[in-house]
Amino acid sequence: MPGAPALSVAAAVVLSALSGFVIYRLLMRPMAGHPIFAAVLVTVTLGILLRAAIVLVYTDRIRHPLPLLGLANPPRRLPGGAVVSTFDLLTVGVAALFLVALFAFLRLSPLGIQMRAAGEKALLAAQRGINFQLLFALSWALAGFAGALAGVLYANNVRLDPSLGVLGLKAFAVALVGGLDSLGGVIPGALIVAAVEVLSVRYGDPLLADVSPFLCLLAMLLVRPWGLFGTKEELERV
Amino acid sequence: MALGGGYFKTTYDGDLALVDTRLRRVTLAALVAALLLLPRLASPFVLDLVTQVALAAVGALALNILTGFAGQVSLGHAGFIAAGAFTTAVLVEHRLPSPLLAARRRPGRRRAGRGRRDSGAQAQGALPGPRHAGAAPRRALRVRGVSESLGREHRGVDSPPRLGTWVLKGTTAWYYALTAVAALVLILSVNLQRSRAGRAWMAIRDREIAAESVGIDVARYKVLAFVWSSGLTAVAGALFAYHRAFVSVEAFGFFLAIEYIAMIIIGGLGSSLGAVLGAAFVTLLPYGIDAAVAGLRAPGGAEYYLFPAKFGAFGLLMAVFLVFEPQGLVGIWRRIRNWFSLWPLRYRPLRPAS
Repeated sequence: MPGAPALSVAAAVVLSALSGFVIYRLLMRPMAGHPIFAAVLVTVTLGILLRAAIVLVYTDRIRHPLPLLGLANPPRRLPGGAVVSTFDLLTVGVAALFLVALFAFLRLSPLGIQMRAAGEKALLAAQRGINFQLLFALSWALAGFAGALAGVLYANNVRLDPSLGVLGLKAFAVALVGGLDSLGGVIPGALIVAAVEVLSVRYGDPLLADVSPFLCLLAMLLVRPWGLFGTKEELERV
Repeated sequence: MALGGGYFKTTYDGDLALVDTRLRRVTLAALVAALLLLPRLASPFVLDLVTQVALAAVGALALNILTGFAGQVSLGHAGFIAAGAFTTAVLVEHRLPSPLLAARRRPGRRRAGRGRRDSGAQAQGALPGPRHAGAAPRRALRVRGVSESLGREHRGVDSPPRLGTWVLKGTTAWYYALTAVAALVLILSVNLQRSRAGRAWMAIRDREIAAESVGIDVARYKVLAFVWSSGLTAVAGALFAYHRAFVSVEAFGFFLAIEYIAMIIIGGLGSSLGAVLGAAFVTLLPYGIDAAVAGLRAPGGAEYYLFPAKFGAFGLLMAVFLVFEPQGLVGIWRRIRNWFSLWPLRYRPLRPAS
């Protein structure tokens, strides 16, 4: 059926966004008032559950979706002599597009401004009549959406395998190196982490590449715990 | 602790006693006797299960010192277990004169040093939750990378530990040794909690600013918690290496760290009894699922679903405990105990008798 892949990608992305809502409602909202550590652990258990569900429902085998779909991933020559695959270009394009859209949403739309307010201080935001529950659910949905997008692109470009979730830990490193509360910091953060990883494969031990994102993170936490572009926290006062 | 039925502590000695009531003395003696007699009564399989529980309990108690007492997060304890295990393996390979003693002391001390360094960034003070948690997994992965880049991903520990002329070998010997070590670590953990450091840790866990304002050196005690915890975890790793007689980097993944966190959460954060209960629960859960599947006589091909089902049950239980029973198994145990000690009344008096 022509157009089926596009349709299924759209379905996957929308379903992930919806499941973000459901996860917030069922799992994260009951954790309000508990230590943040417990909430973080709930997300870890969520990862375990989802992975088990995927293996139970689908398969635990490694797949390569593109040949199965009969699609090709031809290499493209870039000016300057670099050669990248089509899906590499697509990934970069989608990432840039998503980042711009997210930036515009958070800066310009009323909902985005409310979301930033709720993120900064939920209590004050609620007192100004902002429905922060809805906004937290929305941010979960957005995260689900972006995660599904990343998963589709990565699976098509590299491989589909149930342990893809480990990528999320790398994303943690990127977000923290760039600065947790800075959207613009994601770009330099991602570039630094990726560059160190690629260079350590090229010039060092390939096994070192597994840990290089975390070495970056460690270095950043020792020098600037708030990240490259994050806001420096003030001391907590009574 | 306010107990129900007219039990008051009237002397300082009574307040300091580890085992305070006659009922507790009797049950503890019964438990010790049962553990001593178990090898005569139980099959080697059961003995091995108890041994595994004891080994897990050492690690869980160590993590509980950090997370339960001091309220600090570590998703990297698998790294410390790996460090202890690999140090032991290397020492055994180089034929140190007394591997048992060497392994017991050295990784503990060495890892304690690393714990100090690692926790430096976190102990500096105001690192909030998510960043904190993000900092932790790197440790597991880093240790893994280091042991991989040493060029050997796995090592055999072929000589059993010996102390003088006594050689630790066989299921029963391992059972006694590991149960004794677990009991020692349990006593250590209970005593640590009652000590000055333990009370400082709990104050920091409950409210950092308040702790600092009553004169607790927050950074120092946080580092101390990391040192104790990672040192003891490395001891668990060293024992693991001897018990399995084989160490491999695959065994020390991110999942192992999650497993230990699950133990202290399911058991009940901040309680030594909880850590032991949680260790037993998490260790025995896969065997329980195996037995259930065998009892149901599931159709062929069930083996394929067994592993993900175990994995999923584990995640589900952890989520259920986190959301619905944050006090863990110990919370359930306390409710049951209170029900009995207050019976036939339903509530404890509003004002505890002083």
